[in-house]
Amino acid sequence: MAYVLHPTGNKGGGDPSHAVIQLKPDGTYVLLIGAMDLGQGAPTILRQVAADALGVPIEKILVSNYDNLLPLSVSTSGSRVTLIDPHAVVNAAEDLKRQIREWFAQQHEANPEDVEIEGETVYVRGDRERTVMTMEQVAMGAAWGGGYEPASLIGRGAWQPGKYHAHDPETGEMPNVGAISFGAALAEVEVDTETGTVDVLRFAQVWEVGKAINPLLVRQQINGGYCIGAGFALTESCYPYFPSVEYAPEKMGDYFMPTFEDYPQQMIFGIEEVPHPNGVQGAKGFSEGSASGPPPAIASAIHDAIGVWITEFPITPEVILRALEAKQAGVES
Amino acid sequence: MTQYVGQAMPRYDGIGQVTGTTKYVDDIVLPGMLYAKCLRSPVHKGIIRHLDLSAAERTPGVVGVLTAQDVPGQNIYGASGDQPVFNPDHIRYKGERIAAVVAVDEDTCMEALEKVKLEIEEQEPVFDMFEAMKPGAPIVRPGTTHNLHEYMPGMTTRVIKLGDVEQGFAEADLIIEGRYQTTQQDHAPIEPHVSVAYLDPANRLVIHTVSQCLYFHLSQLVRVFGLPMSQIRYIGGTIGGGFGGKNDIHADHVAGLAALKFRKPVKYRETRREDLRYSGKRGVFVMEYKTGVKKDGRLVANHIKEYHDTGAYGGFSAYATEKCGMFASGPYWIPNILVEAKTIYTNKVVSISMRGFAIINGQSTMEIQMGKIAEALGMDPWELRFINAWRDGDMGASRYIVRGAGALEAMKKAAELAGVQLPAHLMAMSSRRR
Repeated sequence: MAYVLHPTGNKGGGDPSHAVIQLKPDGTYVLLIGAMDLGQGAPTILRQVAADALGVPIEKILVSNYDNLLPLSVSTSGSRVTLIDPHAVVNAAEDLKRQIREWFAQQHEANPEDVEIEGETVYVRGDRERTVMTMEQVAMGAAWGGGYEPASLIGRGAWQPGKYHAHDPETGEMPNVGAISFGAALAEVEVDTETGTVDVLRFAQVWEVGKAINPLLVRQQINGGYCIGAGFALTESCYPYFPSVEYAPEKMGDYFMPTFEDYPQQMIFGIEEVPHPNGVQGAKGFSEGSASGPPPAIASAIHDAIGVWITEFPITPEVILRALEAKQAGVES
Repeated sequence: MTQYVGQAMPRYDGIGQVTGTTKYVDDIVLPGMLYAKCLRSPVHKGIIRHLDLSAAERTPGVVGVLTAQDVPGQNIYGASGDQPVFNPDHIRYKGERIAAVVAVDEDTCMEALEKVKLEIEEQEPVFDMFEAMKPGAPIVRPGTTHNLHEYMPGMTTRVIKLGDVEQGFAEADLIIEGRYQTTQQDHAPIEPHVSVAYLDPANRLVIHTVSQCLYFHLSQLVRVFGLPMSQIRYIGGTIGGGFGGKNDIHADHVAGLAALKFRKPVKYRETRREDLRYSGKRGVFVMEYKTGVKKDGRLVANHIKEYHDTGAYGGFSAYATEKCGMFASGPYWIPNILVEAKTIYTNKVVSISMRGFAIINGQSTMEIQMGKIAEALGMDPWELRFINAWRDGDMGASRYIVRGAGALEAMKKAAELAGVQLPAHLMAMSSRRR
């Protein structure tokens, strides 16, 4: 077994994301975000967050992370997007709603605090009958003017998990951490003591993620993380004959990443949720961590099988055979 | 109110990808587009004595060449600001870019590259970080006297300490030591590094990128091109896998420089071979642990010596060394921790970020350490972890406070799903309190 952590966000804080939400003249929305998607699904979850923050059907929102003039997101790295970008999106949605209230109050000579936004319906509290408009009418009025005052309704939001705090030179103190996720991994392996090969038969990995914004994508991340972690654990090396560096892989055929053939016969996924105070609806990032569970879980299962603690990765057949030889020779590996 | 958060929804952009209609950067083909290929160093370390590109330049179909002299801004990029786009003199790793040939197609580029006359005075390289730390070792960075990263001037070890580790060892009933090494791993995404650049009608430089961090890279590229940010349209968003490898610039600088010089669209892409051999990798870590524990299983001290091989340039490695150290004691409450962490230069390709960057190394190794401790104590490995797992309010190595912890809950769930029966006293424990 293995039990590991993954910190969310870049080290030390000061790691912002920005978001912009534009209300289009027909009452639909465009969410502009700088978060790049490597396949983990940033636009998908940020659209979910935006739909909740605006209280509108998700189909009304287009997410673009490939336009010109994107607002800044420090990077898609450090499992930071799920913790940080949702705050930027929520702040942009709140800013947009504030502008809508102000514009609406101006048109109806009311107080912005009295303007109620219920999803796609806007009215002045206590005067609903006379003032009610759909968001489409609001958007059209603000955009085209005509009988209304024109206004550029564009919400902006930014957030970072605290200001950057450099390491203290004496103690290394760096107290600012966005959030920490927790993983537990279990492996069952078969070790061929003749050839040294390791076959992972069953694997389970659970991540405590605060709140799974999208459980399907969480599961996919755990799945993908397994492959990177299992490659790290068992097969992948850019210098397989180190200290000689003259031989290096140059095609996929000689760089041994796990394939479907290496996938365990049984894979168990689990999600646990303990809402984190720093996250939107409790959500924190975890995805990179799912690569960290497999190496120690596999190493631990190998120990269980052959009674040796292997201390180097990747645990290639050669490493296994040498460890078995050393064990036989009575030398502690 | 709507409630979309918490719903399992398919990927927003998934349909295009599974039906093959999504256009990736390498799918972009523009009228009159040129291609670039780079001349790379055939040696690990040396000094360029002579470079003659004239025969390459005269090859039919070749439009021109690029060297360090064609960089309008500063010939520097990388997270540490220490990598030349085209190395003009001191080669630090095999495969380092020296020049580029720009031609009507890639075959012509390759033909021209064969005609380049390059003389390098080879020097003795160093590949192993412990060799690199010995007195008299070959020096990786010209103009320096040693191969260690300096966190501050003169400071070659990053120290992170909590409590008093010596006192902790004095209280310990058992001390377990271990030395571990992690692997150098490649990202190997389906899509290798690629970039397409051209000038738009407003004479703005447009770059289609596979970057996973637009603004990081834009900040580096403006320096290389000598252009303000407003003069670059940097379009990303569609990436065929990255895993951290696209957190470093590998192609945009070359494509952009070529488009600026030749004022035509230019595509620059790495082959799989170039990607596997010369692109950045996950760096090797060696972790030395000395962990003190009480007979009842409570961890009382952890002394970690950490060594991280950054390769030929700095990249994000010093950051990663520190981050690894901050978390390398695992998700456990240990009152006394001392981390001494070094980042070492060698003549290997540059170490860069990769999924689980700086975390996978410390977690994997500390967990083997925990396995050894459980064995030495004759204690159930679950029990050892439950006793020491972080609860809310616990403190980590760099004095961060643990909040919203779901540590025990994750382990309980894993046991339940895998059919492991945990004893009642463990099931009664919670991350809310110790």
